Amino acid sequence: MRGWLNFGIGAAALLAAALATTQVVDNEYFFFAGYVVLQFVVLATAWNILGGYAGYVNFGSAAFFGIGAYVAVALFKAFEAPLAAQLAAAMAVTGLMGLAVGALTMRLRGVFFSIATVAIAVICETLVVNWGFVGGARGTAVLQPPAPPLFGSYTRMLFVAMTLFAVLAVAVARYIETSWIGRGLRALRDSEEAAESLGVPTLNLKLFAATASGALMGLAGAPLALYMSYIEPTSAFSLNYAVSALAMPIVGGTGSWLGPVIGALLLGSTQQIVTVTVSSELNVLIVGLLLVAFVVVAPQGIVGLLQRLSRLRGTK
Amino acid sequence: MPLELLIEAVIAGVLLGCFYAAVSVGLSVAFGLLDVPQIAHPAFLVLGAYGAYLLGTYGVDPLLAGALLTPLFFVGGLGVYRLYHAVFEGRRDAGLGGLAFLFGIAFIVEVALILAFGVDQRMVEAAYIGRSVALGELRLPIRMLVAFGVALLLTGTLALYLSRTFTGRAIKAVAQDQTALALMGADPVRIKQWAFGIATGTCALAGALLIIVQPVEPGLGRLYIGRTFCVAVLAGLGSMPGTLAAGVILGVAESIVLTSLGASWAPAVAFGLLLLVLAIRPAGLFGR
Amino acid sequence: MNAALLDVQSVSKRFGGFAALTDVSLGVRAGERLGIIGPNGSGKTTLINCICGALRGHRGTILFDGHDVTGLAPYQRTRLGIARSFQIPRPFASMSLVDNVAVPLEYVARRDLTDRDLAPRDSKRRGPLAAADIRAEALAILDQMGLQAGADALAATLTQVGLRKLELARAMAARPRLLILDEVMAGLSSTEVDEVLALLFTLSERGVTILMIEHIMRAIMRFSERVVCLDAGRVMAEGPPATIAADPMVRRIYLGA
Repeated sequence: MRGWLNFGIGAAALLAAALATTQVVDNEYFFFAGYVVLQFVVLATAWNILGGYAGYVNFGSAAFFGIGAYVAVALFKAFEAPLAAQLAAAMAVTGLMGLAVGALTMRLRGVFFSIATVAIAVICETLVVNWGFVGGARGTAVLQPPAPPLFGSYTRMLFVAMTLFAVLAVAVARYIETSWIGRGLRALRDSEEAAESLGVPTLNLKLFAATASGALMGLAGAPLALYMSYIEPTSAFSLNYAVSALAMPIVGGTGSWLGPVIGALLLGSTQQIVTVTVSSELNVLIVGLLLVAFVVVAPQGIVGLLQRLSRLRGTK
Repeated sequence: MPLELLIEAVIAGVLLGCFYAAVSVGLSVAFGLLDVPQIAHPAFLVLGAYGAYLLGTYGVDPLLAGALLTPLFFVGGLGVYRLYHAVFEGRRDAGLGGLAFLFGIAFIVEVALILAFGVDQRMVEAAYIGRSVALGELRLPIRMLVAFGVALLLTGTLALYLSRTFTGRAIKAVAQDQTALALMGADPVRIKQWAFGIATGTCALAGALLIIVQPVEPGLGRLYIGRTFCVAVLAGLGSMPGTLAAGVILGVAESIVLTSLGASWAPAVAFGLLLLVLAIRPAGLFGR
Repeated sequence: MNAALLDVQSVSKRFGGFAALTDVSLGVRAGERLGIIGPNGSGKTTLINCICGALRGHRGTILFDGHDVTGLAPYQRTRLGIARSFQIPRPFASMSLVDNVAVPLEYVARRDLTDRDLAPRDSKRRGPLAAADIRAEALAILDQMGLQAGADALAATLTQVGLRKLELARAMAARPRLLILDEVMAGLSSTEVDEVLALLFTLSERGVTILMIEHIMRAIMRFSERVVCLDAGRVMAEGPPATIAADPMVRRIYLGA
């Protein structure tokens, strides 16, 4: 209980700080970069719920992210739906996507789930490119609603909103991790046969994790169109999202909720710096190289390395 | 659909299917026999295609380029398997790490190709590309016939190798029972490494076939993940005749869908067929 | 108690062309101690997998306490009261010993709505396990197996013998009415075998039905009330231990004479 109290205090402080920056900071780029990094916190955390806790590797995170964005924009264009409705719809659709992919493949070996996520990515991008209402391959422009009171612009409001989503995603991950659900997921990740024989409903738990993971990825993508005032398929479904969603938890550490956060903060910031100073292809290459390096050399991620360091120091 | 159109689609599908078999044969070995979830296989195919393209700029015929690059890819495969086995095939969380690693490799290959060649489509030129031969009412593109021929050659050679040579039989044995093989004095790891080298080696020639059959761009690999895994799984446990049969089934299915529903739905056929096979008969056509 | 707790009816299982089990029928009374013997490849583990649900798609029916469980998933059968240990231990390697045992406590004992109580410490306590008691309960079970010393260490650090003991500890934690042991004593020393047997006798006295697959004849003969001998997927002989031990056909199966 005390752990959650501390968590709550930290979350409140973070939100307050985010709010404060919107009143104080003038540099627009700060909010842009911040939004992108926070977005990755949500995406990486969502990925890890299924990837780190249950051991199922999702290669199609871009699909869930992109569909979240497009469901939101479709509702906005059709009904001028308020943000809350867009978010709810996005999460419902992507959550269902996660459930569907899981239901089709989770009775089989893990690699087939991963291949199915590649399929989803290809299929979703094809569907959207052929969807005239949202502009098809050319995309569509979106007019931001007027800024709500207290915020200088709608963009700044979304920045704070994304901070809230990040807190939410991490809270969900933390709850799953520390609860009986997390214990069951870890058990089935280590040995599904043994877990099943000891009373763990492995299929149901896996489907739950897939649904939760998908829904949160949709949440990460939903505000994208409003934030950029524009949306088009190539960037919404960018491969970078798929690789980052994988690389950030692996670099940070897949064992706990802290790993994806660290990975997202580190890699997200690095990406911003590299993209601005060098090139976006190089940025994406660096992410890929870091992924392979960590998976081979430091599979427990940064969190794991820090834990080992503290254990070594403790024995001195 | 009128019968004529159907027959055309089927014939085109058979040629296409043999091509699919050729590009999947390496995966049949790597995934079907060695149980390595080789999602980087299509990326290596694209790499092979670009290799053929590069040599093509020096005037080398693509098929020849493919043959020349095969030893290089073979050695590369040895190295990749060495690393993969040393790092992942002992770990408890073998699933996550191995998959992520291979995905990372595939991704790095794709980005490296983008950096080297850009995102535009590339093609090669050869005497047999761009011309067709008439068979009654049908026009058969010669490059598809070339692919058909090479595919039969590849699968046939590998089938013979796996059943007639000592190493080949050892490879089939290691797929079934590692311990027994070790007890008979053969080193399972070295045999698997050799097999993975062969699997990667096929990507040189198969990659050349790829760029003969269609223009390539770095992201093409992702489209072929579905096709190659569909063929490898449908074939069953690394069976070579199975790979040929499975390739033809996929080719014909895709061809019919292409003719009746259009090009945008064709990629979904492979994934759909794969899911169907996994639901009904996961062991594949020739698996036990 | 003479009712059949477990009723295996004409179970057959093929893997492609290979018949692993052919028309195997078996009845286990509540509270009975049944031993299953047979050479390697005779289908013992396949039979266990069918009973526990790890293998589906076999011919025949499995009845547990009168319920037809043939179509149930393994975890559902465990919640009904069937628990097993694996021939090759499958620990949750990234979790501590306590957490390993806590999993069945969490997923079975916590939801235990029947009157089954096999808590090693307090035989008066009934009903489902409270969340707060899980760790204490896990430690108590580990203590019974002699594993309490490294209780918070990762399961990956255990020796082969320790892993087998952990298998048994986990199966016990699932509060089974029917406990199936697949070669749980392989690799144990003579003393350790006696320790485990003592533990199993205690469980049997509390009413747990025990099905034991073993190659260690000493254990089977001492422990079982009845022994079934399998060969090539069929039941070859059945009877009290002494009779089976003296049976020339059993000797032939084992020694190939």
